[in-house]
Amino acid sequence: MTAAADLLYDETDEELRGNLRGMLSERSPWSKVLARVESPETCDSKLWAVLAGEMGLAGLAVPEELGGAGATWRQVAVVLEELGRAVAPVPYLGSAVIATRALLHCGERDLLAELASGRQCAALAVPFSAMAGTVTPSVSADGDALTGTVTSVADALIADVLLVPTADALYAVSAADATRTSVVSLDMTRQLCDVAFDGARARRIASGPAAVSAVTAALTTGAALLASEQVGVAQWCLDTTVEYLKTRYQFGRQVGSFQALKHRLADLWTRITQARAVARYAAARAADAAARAADAADAAVPGASVDAERSVDAQPEEAIAAALAQAYCSDAAVLAAEECVQLHGGIGFTWEHPAHLYLKRAKSSAIALGTPDRQRAALARMVDVPAA
Amino acid sequence: MTVAEPITAAVLQKLVAEFLAAHDPRAAADGGARLDFLRARFDAGLAWIHYPPGLGGLGAPRALQPVVDAEFAAAGAPDNRPGWNAIGLGMAAPTILRHGTDEQKHRFLRPLWTGEEIWCQLFSEPGAGSDLAGLGTRAVRDGDDWIINGQKVWTSLAHIARWAILVTRHDPNLPKHEGMTYFILDMHAPGVEVRPLRQITGESEFNEVFLTDVRLPDSLRLGAVGEGWTVARSTLMNERVSIGGGAIPREGGAIGVLANLWRDRPDVRTPGRHDDVMRAWVDAEAARLTATRFRQQLAAGEVGPDGSAVKLTFATLMQRIAGLELEMRGEESLRHEDWDLGRGRDVPFLNRIAGYRYLRSKGNSIEGGTSEILRNIISERVLGLPSEPRSDKDIPWKDLPR
Repeated sequence: MTAAADLLYDETDEELRGNLRGMLSERSPWSKVLARVESPETCDSKLWAVLAGEMGLAGLAVPEELGGAGATWRQVAVVLEELGRAVAPVPYLGSAVIATRALLHCGERDLLAELASGRQCAALAVPFSAMAGTVTPSVSADGDALTGTVTSVADALIADVLLVPTADALYAVSAADATRTSVVSLDMTRQLCDVAFDGARARRIASGPAAVSAVTAALTTGAALLASEQVGVAQWCLDTTVEYLKTRYQFGRQVGSFQALKHRLADLWTRITQARAVARYAAARAADAAARAADAADAAVPGASVDAERSVDAQPEEAIAAALAQAYCSDAAVLAAEECVQLHGGIGFTWEHPAHLYLKRAKSSAIALGTPDRQRAALARMVDVPAA
Repeated sequence: MTVAEPITAAVLQKLVAEFLAAHDPRAAADGGARLDFLRARFDAGLAWIHYPPGLGGLGAPRALQPVVDAEFAAAGAPDNRPGWNAIGLGMAAPTILRHGTDEQKHRFLRPLWTGEEIWCQLFSEPGAGSDLAGLGTRAVRDGDDWIINGQKVWTSLAHIARWAILVTRHDPNLPKHEGMTYFILDMHAPGVEVRPLRQITGESEFNEVFLTDVRLPDSLRLGAVGEGWTVARSTLMNERVSIGGGAIPREGGAIGVLANLWRDRPDVRTPGRHDDVMRAWVDAEAARLTATRFRQQLAAGEVGPDGSAVKLTFATLMQRIAGLELEMRGEESLRHEDWDLGRGRDVPFLNRIAGYRYLRSKGNSIEGGTSEILRNIISERVLGLPSEPRSDKDIPWKDLPR
């Protein structure tokens, strides 16, 4: 068993949270997000430039020698909480988490530096619903030319580079060489697209088992960190609902004074309090896995941390923590968003109120990277509770 | 004893070492020597170090208590068997410290800490559970004494307790919260009758306490006349802090029993139950991590509300897991061990049969504040939602509907 994980936030985390929340409330209030989901450009590239470029948050988990901030996945989790809270339409999960973890695994120094600096943005070309360990590649390679289609890819519309798994390798492809068709998505704050390759020129970045483990690592870290985004979504839903019930009067009193509603909100708070502990645990275990990879690198060739990550086996505790986090936090965020809609009454059912943005984000995030049901099934195998 | 320098872990370790050099812990295994050792530890300020000097402490940060306890444990010294006097240590002592007279503090705290005198709590009544401030046990002034009449219920340890903390109504003509007065009760006084209360499991962990013309000297009053509710609230505040306990490993609780049943008994497995077990596993692990995070908050000096989440979910989980196990065991669960009246067995909870645990866990959402009251507290104190309109606050207690 591994050492105890610190599940709290530190001062750096809180400072980061404060700066980010301030920036998001100024540049991306929900009214702008709502307007954007009906515009041609659903992804906010200007906001992304601020986040990734000015604030340097795209490279938080990238080592300093590769142009990153040398922080940990724990801080990345704080960023995701705030982005979830704002349903910010930016490709942070896809580029700064999933693609970054795949590139760290492959030792792709140049591309990592591009991503960390915010100059480029990348996406792993798998369906957003794909779960770690269950990806079936739909693209094939003939020499260095890729052919095939991947459906429902997240954060790819704005990407410069696509990371594409085939049956026995992982390739990097310029997004300009693929055909991307935007999809009318359940969650338009994270619009999906179908990606088609027709002999696209590609560069192989991993082969054989290393390619498989790069994709697994990327999706595992993605699942672990998505939990923090879900906590942010859930917390916004709770906070907003509580505030509304304090100001809404019916039957001559504040609606929030009715015990039937108070108890539902107390239960929701309890659920979110637990979701936060679970999400912090998943982020801490992801950080541990990265630190072990870095230690292994230091022991081998000083300064060569990315190369060594390949030689470190996937950490079982990281995978358990990630599956647990998705199994728990997905349902917590969906419940929070559903309660938000219901307890707002009529206004919560309108297009003009932001509750639906959060409901759509929560439900699509629950399906993303493996549904809670599939996560529980995976967890059952990992903790030895065999199927009947 | 006074310590001029700031009290750090190193200072405490030095103080314990000096104490142990003067008091051989191996010669204090039991009996009178054990008590002498504990009394000396109290007098040296090394009992509960955050208490003031002269009352078993050093005025040191409470967070350093584990340092002292670890040093004594490592030396093989006897402890004060805190599990045997949980109400005394967790609830009576902090209340006496905060509201007691100097005389009361010096009389009661030392034998309480050493375990010589066990304490119980006379709060709940048959007519006052969640609404504790509605209680009706009467205290009537008689010269320098008080005469107590009433009935208390759900009293752990009453059958072995030497003293009790007691809340009474001294004036039924005042509104409920204003007419209450708090006492220390001598459990050996004439008129105190303790009867075992048989519970849902058949056995009896708790008692009913009948108080008939019990005479108490005014010197046993804790706080001013009419301050009973304020004092009782500070007692209950300590109850919430004392919940939590030590860190448990994954599958260390009831979920481990359930998971092992699944692993060891292929005959109990069905596809539907598999997801039930995994849902319980996920929720139990989430609850465990939440408790871990809460303990980390306490250790970091952050007093947050997360402990309420821990209690609320713990209660539901215990009930759900035991209920699931009972169903999985099928025919076996139709047969119970016995329904004998006893004082509860000296067997760890998790070693009892599923039927017992299913029934006993029903108390988890009632004892120490019902889950419904806990939800009120969370919604009002954490979320800031308004309270329900109330009609019982401003009228005399005697005029309340009952």
